[in-house]
Amino acid sequence: MSVWQKLYDELQDQNFIIITVAMDSRDDAARPWIEAAGPSYPALIDRDHRVAELYNMVNVPQAVWIDEDGRIIRPAENAGAYEAFRSLDRTTMTVPEDKTATAAAAKATYVNAVRDWALLGPASSHVFSADQARARTAAPDADIARAHCHFRLGQYLLRQDRAAEGREHLAEAARLHPASWNIWRQAAEPNETGLAAGADFWERVDALGDDYYYPPVAMAGMPE
Amino acid sequence: MATTATILSGFGEFEVRAGPGPGQGEGLWLDRDEAAAATGWSLRPEGLCRGDVCVPVPKGREGVFAADGNVNLKAFWDHMGMPAARSRDGDVWALGEAADNRAASLRSLEAPDFTLPDLAGVAHSLSDYRGKKVLLATWASW
Repeated sequence: MSVWQKLYDELQDQNFIIITVAMDSRDDAARPWIEAAGPSYPALIDRDHRVAELYNMVNVPQAVWIDEDGRIIRPAENAGAYEAFRSLDRTTMTVPEDKTATAAAAKATYVNAVRDWALLGPASSHVFSADQARARTAAPDADIARAHCHFRLGQYLLRQDRAAEGREHLAEAARLHPASWNIWRQAAEPNETGLAAGADFWERVDALGDDYYYPPVAMAGMPE
Repeated sequence: MATTATILSGFGEFEVRAGPGPGQGEGLWLDRDEAAAATGWSLRPEGLCRGDVCVPVPKGREGVFAADGNVNLKAFWDHMGMPAARSRDGDVWALGEAADNRAASLRSLEAPDFTLPDLAGVAHSLSDYRGKKVLLATWASW
């Protein structure tokens, strides 16, 4: 989040704002992160993952670019994350240096593109035409729509201390929308550091095979 | 209406008087005004309507959909092909939006509005920031 605060400090006079949305259902899970970042932009909490439902998002970080008229000019996409963690050595828990460098380059490329857009508006080469934006819009299907209903119901039941029944609905949501890491990881038990990154997570990551966890952003200069 | 239920919709969370209604199955019968407040769909002579869109009540099955100023949202939701999920006891219902509507909305490129709280509980809507370029960025603690 600190990268967003730095960018916002720089660009807030450019008719530009950042809105961050934490996909966090557990009480106060997002709080320490937000307090540490001290954002001056709106940092919102989305316990029911409504934004993921509305914008058909499946993972974090994903971002959408919206212009002054409320039009989507870049639909939901990976916000410059690079999957260096997939090269993690699971015994030493280290990531090779070149992968770390690539991850930093990917994030910088994305942040630079946002800056370019904030400064140049529609003249930025990173702004999609309406046809391009539409072509890159992933539309939800009926199972995804049902998954969000079960997720919403499951979260509500958990808040009502109806945990067993709530978890059944979260499991059903994950079954209906297997591509959503948001749904699955939110429902998974966190480890001692608060991350949903236990053995189940790595099994799912390994099952991706050659598929991406963070699909590369379609952006000039973005490493693949 | 014998009992109460909670409806989770795009408009929020609503406590309503509701019941399963007559007959078998998983009905969700509630007062037409409460149904309209909770879902945006109102019962009119033309059918169940939201904005300019009206879904007529199927002929010959009127009693399954509406009776005595009450409306069976479950029957309409199924009829309209919209997603729903219910708790085991039928006391909590999540009534969702059809995938086709979501898809059409996204393809229109008009950014869907939403309202969410910040840490202090202050509500922010995307539309509050109309007139600015908005980077809408998600993250999570997990």
